[in-house]
Amino acid sequence: MKLSLTKVVNGCRLGKIKNLGKTGDRTMDVPGCLLYTKTGSAPHLTPHTLHNIHKVPAMAQLTLSSLAEHHEVLAEYKEGVGKFIGMPESLLYCSLHDPVSPCPAGYVTNKSVSVWGVGGRVEMTVSKFMAIQQALQPDWFQCLSDGEASCAEATSIKRARKSVDRSLLFLDNCLRLQEESEALQRSTIIGVIEGGDVMEERLRSARETAKRPVGGFLLDGFQGDPMTLETRLHLLSSVTAELPEDKPRLICSVSRPDEVLECIERGVDLFESFFPYQVTERGCALTFSFDYQPNPEETLLQQNGTQEEIKYVHQTKKIKTTGCNQEMTSFEINLKEKKYQGDFEPLVRGCSCYCCQNHTRAYIHHLLVTNELLAGVLLMMHNFEHYFGFFHSIREALKNDRLAQLKELIRRQAS
Amino acid sequence: MAAAASPSSMESAPRIMRLVAECSRSRARAGELRLPHGPVATPVFMPVGTQATMKGITAEQLDALGCRICLGNTYHLGLRPGPELIQKAHGLHGFMNWPHNLLTDSGGFQMVSLVSLSEVTEEGVRFRSPYDGEETLLSPERSVEIQNALGSDIIMQLDDVVSSTVTGPRVEEAMFRSIRWLDRCIAAHRRPDQQNLFAIIQGGLDAHLRATCLEEMTKRDVPGFAIGGLSGGESKNQFWRMVALSTARLPRDKPRYLMGVGYATDLVVCVALGCDMFDCVFPTRTARFGSALVPTGNLQLKKKQYEKDFRPIDPECACPTCQTHSRAFLHVLLHSDNTAALHHLTVHNIAYQLQLMSAVRASIVEKRFPDFVRHFMGTMYGDPTLCPTWATEALASVGITLA
Repeated sequence: MKLSLTKVVNGCRLGKIKNLGKTGDRTMDVPGCLLYTKTGSAPHLTPHTLHNIHKVPAMAQLTLSSLAEHHEVLAEYKEGVGKFIGMPESLLYCSLHDPVSPCPAGYVTNKSVSVWGVGGRVEMTVSKFMAIQQALQPDWFQCLSDGEASCAEATSIKRARKSVDRSLLFLDNCLRLQEESEALQRSTIIGVIEGGDVMEERLRSARETAKRPVGGFLLDGFQGDPMTLETRLHLLSSVTAELPEDKPRLICSVSRPDEVLECIERGVDLFESFFPYQVTERGCALTFSFDYQPNPEETLLQQNGTQEEIKYVHQTKKIKTTGCNQEMTSFEINLKEKKYQGDFEPLVRGCSCYCCQNHTRAYIHHLLVTNELLAGVLLMMHNFEHYFGFFHSIREALKNDRLAQLKELIRRQAS
Repeated sequence: MAAAASPSSMESAPRIMRLVAECSRSRARAGELRLPHGPVATPVFMPVGTQATMKGITAEQLDALGCRICLGNTYHLGLRPGPELIQKAHGLHGFMNWPHNLLTDSGGFQMVSLVSLSEVTEEGVRFRSPYDGEETLLSPERSVEIQNALGSDIIMQLDDVVSSTVTGPRVEEAMFRSIRWLDRCIAAHRRPDQQNLFAIIQGGLDAHLRATCLEEMTKRDVPGFAIGGLSGGESKNQFWRMVALSTARLPRDKPRYLMGVGYATDLVVCVALGCDMFDCVFPTRTARFGSALVPTGNLQLKKKQYEKDFRPIDPECACPTCQTHSRAFLHVLLHSDNTAALHHLTVHNIAYQLQLMSAVRASIVEKRFPDFVRHFMGTMYGDPTLCPTWATEALASVGITLA
């Protein structure tokens, strides 16, 4: 696999990762995102409805938390998780955890890391972890790592140091086992940068991990509420500065449009796409604009629309919604609101997704009010398409030196 | 005319059914319904999309499965989102963006089955909305009014529905009232040119009452007849006899719609008895409980025995689920909280029902329906002779022996 950068502007990297996949002929765009899945399937979607979505990323994210407990079945299946889940054509990245449902802290030891499946806790030593990966045969996988230094409110230096030490030890052991495994020769280990909020440890983690023959880097523990992210963004720049330019940088648990842009400016290449899923679960639809070059007439219309929506959203932002603990953002509208009952417009005018091409806000509102399963399906289709469209616009903006405009547009909508 | 491209006549209801083939032994028929939103091959199974959605599958997926008619429920839609909004959305077709045919029932059945405090009078059914507590009267006129707003291709009369386990004078009262309500529905129907109003034969499990109802209702020139009041708690033995009685006395050239029937065996037997159309929530509902329908019965995919079963649900099935996924994967997915699992099974179960009806139809057209029945029962029960007694007797009554 090879990362070729077309340009780097203000810290943002634009390029392609080539020679991916078992046959070595797949490509991925950078900056980009990975398709978020739950137990090997896009949420709410079957291959049919997934194929309705335009610009689905070439690589999907699987989570070990949903698959680890099934490793015996996968081992017996022998043909790898891609085929098992019905996505034989997709590139696959296996993360440890599910960004939407982080697991309880306190279960990492010097010898093992735990994930939580439906059946309970699955404790993985390095050898068990590698055995599971052997059964999965993903294209990329996050190395076993200790991510708990960033969990607590105030990380002690000692805890931060331990997270780096452990993760490096896990990495070295995993690399060793990979060498000995025929089945894992075509899988790429992604090294994990830990160190909590302690600059010294973060730098050590970056430098040491970079010395190992990993295929890329996962920047772990930079998530949090907008406040903590602010402080951590500074750390992030320092970390990416230590990493080689020719290997991709992934970040976990950061998915909001505004935060995505901040991270891209600090040298991050790949993101998870769980944000559209969270939006879906609260009955909302992404409506933020990423059209940084609209024609003047549309700008006027959009401004009027945006103003009204922002005004309304401020009043309702405090509403906690079921299904997801996150609060609604100003990037979306809440289709459960009564005002959409008789609104026969599509979710977003001009959107090319299946939902917007075929259905109205009034219909989605009805589906939500009556608790129908189709609500989730249609919203997920729209929200994924909208989100993947956003990433496409990032790449276009970078190509045309317009990222500042896009950033301003997003910033305005981030309330 | 509520059929495609036929001259209009205000005096008689359109003949919307064209018979293509009839079994020379049994009463089975293959035909074609000509409806405003396109032709429908019969016998047909109509999946139930209660609240303007076929549960978790999109209109496109349903269309791709070959479905050309499905159901919506007047009771539910009448409450949420209400007929006025649906009318604004260009009818139920426009609201849910379904390009093919729709059949709506009258709301009568839900009145009785869902509403604990409903009261039936000659006027109609009085009930309290479970959503806002408001008291409403569903009269024959109101039911037709709502269905006119919904714009479905086939609408059902409001009938006085009584559970099939009820006996005594109530059954007779309901039967006669249903006739009177049929006449009121016919009078209230504003769109006979675009929507086909079906009558519903009642009479419970009483042969005399059924016969009376049949005699009276067939005097009314409606485009089709439904056989109602069955598929409740009655014994199968009584059930089939009422179906057979009804088909014997319903006109040959009009469709016979047996309401609420959806188990595979029941479908095959009732086709033999002369029914053309069926609906049932069973296949879609059972899918959401993790049960996949197969020619030998069903697979409870959540069970441990499917953990390492890498075969598709049915290797003969052409549906997208069976083309891509194994029982083992579906087992895993069903134990997760990803709703996609339910949608996979919904797709498969609808495909199963539609493929079954297709196969039944082909066998009638190709003059081998009795052989089809024997083969079907053999697969389902291990041996044709192991078929349930009621089914054996029902089939025998129309000249099909299973030995």
